[in-house]
Amino acid sequence: MKKYVKDLMVAAVEFPHECYVLLKLTDSEPLPEMLPGQFVEVKVEGSPKTFLRRPISINYVDRENNQLWLLIKKVGEGTQKLAELKVGDKLNLVFPLGNGFSSVQEKGEKVLLVGGGVGVAPLLDYGKYLKDNGASPVFLLGARSKSDLLEQALFKAIAPVYVTTEDGSEGEKGFVTQHTLLEKERFDRISVCGPKPMMMSVARYAKATGTPCEVSLENMMACGLGACLCCVEKTVKGNVCVCKEGPVFDINDLTWNI
Amino acid sequence: MKNPVMTASGTFGYGVEFADFVNLEDIGGIIVKGTTLQPREGNDYPRMVEMASGMLNCVGLQNKGVDYFCEHIYPEIKDIQTNMIVNVSGFSIDDYAECAARINALDNIPAIELNISCPNVKHGGMAFGVTPEGASAVVKAVREVYQKTLIVKLSPNVTSIADIALAVQDAGADAVSLINTIMGMVIDIEKRKPVLSIATGGMSGPAVKPVAVRCVWQVAKAVHIPIVGLGGIMTAEDAIEFFLAGASAIEIGTANFIDPTITVKVANGINDWLDRHGCKSVNEIVGQLDG
Ligand SMILES: Cc1cc2nc3c(=O)[nH]c(=O)nc-3n(C[C@H](O)[C@H](O)[C@H](O)COP(=O)(O)OP(=O)(O)OC[C@H]3O[C@@H](n4cnc5c(N)ncnc54)[C@H](O)[C@@H]3O)c2cc1C
Ligand SMILES: Cc1cc2nc3c(=O)[nH]c(=O)nc-3n(C[C@H](O)[C@H](O)[C@H](O)COP(=O)(O)O)c2cc1C
Ligand code: FES
Repeated sequence: MKKYVKDLMVAAVEFPHECYVLLKLTDSEPLPEMLPGQFVEVKVEGSPKTFLRRPISINYVDRENNQLWLLIKKVGEGTQKLAELKVGDKLNLVFPLGNGFSSVQEKGEKVLLVGGGVGVAPLLDYGKYLKDNGASPVFLLGARSKSDLLEQALFKAIAPVYVTTEDGSEGEKGFVTQHTLLEKERFDRISVCGPKPMMMSVARYAKATGTPCEVSLENMMACGLGACLCCVEKTVKGNVCVCKEGPVFDINDLTWNI
Repeated sequence: MKNPVMTASGTFGYGVEFADFVNLEDIGGIIVKGTTLQPREGNDYPRMVEMASGMLNCVGLQNKGVDYFCEHIYPEIKDIQTNMIVNVSGFSIDDYAECAARINALDNIPAIELNISCPNVKHGGMAFGVTPEGASAVVKAVREVYQKTLIVKLSPNVTSIADIALAVQDAGADAVSLINTIMGMVIDIEKRKPVLSIATGGMSGPAVKPVAVRCVWQVAKAVHIPIVGLGGIMTAEDAIEFFLAGASAIEIGTANFIDPTITVKVANGINDWLDRHGCKSVNEIVGQLDG
């Protein structure tokens, strides 16, 4: 798939929560083809400490309004600067990067999409894709507390949403892997994005139940293009670049101790 | 060469990774990823850490080995109409010579860049690059089996880079390139641990540019073979500094990560600068410092 380096324009800036920003970007031309689970590398201007580009997942592609959405958690100077962007500003992107989540394998397949924290970001686009292409996605989203749950209305408009919060302020109390849904139902496959410990525990559940499972990794990156070999993950095939061969991996290809 | 801009090894893959962004044939030369005789898995993750105006890496020469290169990668890149140059690394003099000999057999590789300066492998290339005797021994052995253009890449992590450059010139190198990365270290103070998996790594990016310019200037005074300058180049003006210090060509490394089209922008910017200053070619300004 062709990659681009391009200035996109900020069409909207929303703050779903004080720690997050949702950037809606647009362009004068139709946005290029992108796959759910792929990511972009954004150039952060005006932050001397932020030298390298920042990898951010594609949260959603709104074709009707020609918008690319990025859902960003403020964790350091780079992401803080991104949260200060204003409507009309330009943002330079290298995109789309990486492999993306698996395409629909079978009509009607039941796919569980598990997200934790800002890891829910790529699942919105993926859930929409699955539904539009005849699969049956189900979301299981985890957060610290009710106010950390992002884009709930949008997820619910696509498919059933199950929720866990660590403080019990919404949905079931605990971690996603403790949700009763996992005892009651079986799925054809699972896709996960979130903190590594969460992805590992979902991977453990998947292995125990014999469910195919893919995870989206967030290794530190420099080029994002498979050129520098900085972002590698150990796999059964040796060290491979998360930015190019990933970020989505079948858990059986990883060497995780699960 | 179409223009004096090349890409630095390890930062531009095999070129093809950037084909969507730039016309590779508009770049003066593409120096591909470090290649060794045997395949190497490289160091563990984390292999990079960012710093103000730069980064450190300890990739550790991950590559599939020279045979894989010849069989699978060379056919993919051999028809790119520019100078496709292979960066060669090794762990013994025999390694270097054997690897160079195999690349000598490839018609469309006009030159190699011998990396005697990689800081990221234990007992690796740098052991040769840090003494004039070591550097000379490797270059002599390679020169015997390698007939095309031999560029030798020097480390700044030495007491006198000019002495090494002289030794390399005497041993038969056609050109030198400098600098490789500067050895550094970053500590995560909360974990009280180095950030990088092997503790140390090589610094690159704009932060190292003054060191690189100084090295080029010192080497230019010592040798008569051409110098390829690199280290922190982000703009045409940066490149001009290297020419004035004595380099006749340059390489761009880390800047490719920030702007994948940077090579062509710098090449065009160099031409604009030369035009504005009434110069017909880069040669007119190489080493032309006043006073
Ligand atoms: C493929 C991929 C997709 C991503 N998608 C998103 C997304 O959709 N939304 C989002 O908010 N974030 C996402 N991230 C993480 C995001 O890239 C980092 O949070 C960001 O680079 C931090 O930059 P900073 O300058 O704000 O923080 P820094 O000052 O660089 O770092 C602040 C803290 O964040 C940690 N951090 C930095 N980079 C990463 C990283 N790559 N992964 C995990 N922790 C990191 C650092 O260890 C440090 O503790 C993604 C990362 C990858 C690799
Ligand atoms: C991720 C990375 C990988 C590198 N790999 C190699 C390598 O394989 N061989 C080599 O000679 N130099 C390697 N280098 C060094 C660069 O080629 C260059 O000498 C150095 O980065 C300084 O230039 P820059 O500041 O323009 O990046 C690497 C640098 C980086 C950042
Ligand atoms: S970030 Fe450079 S290879 Fe993945």
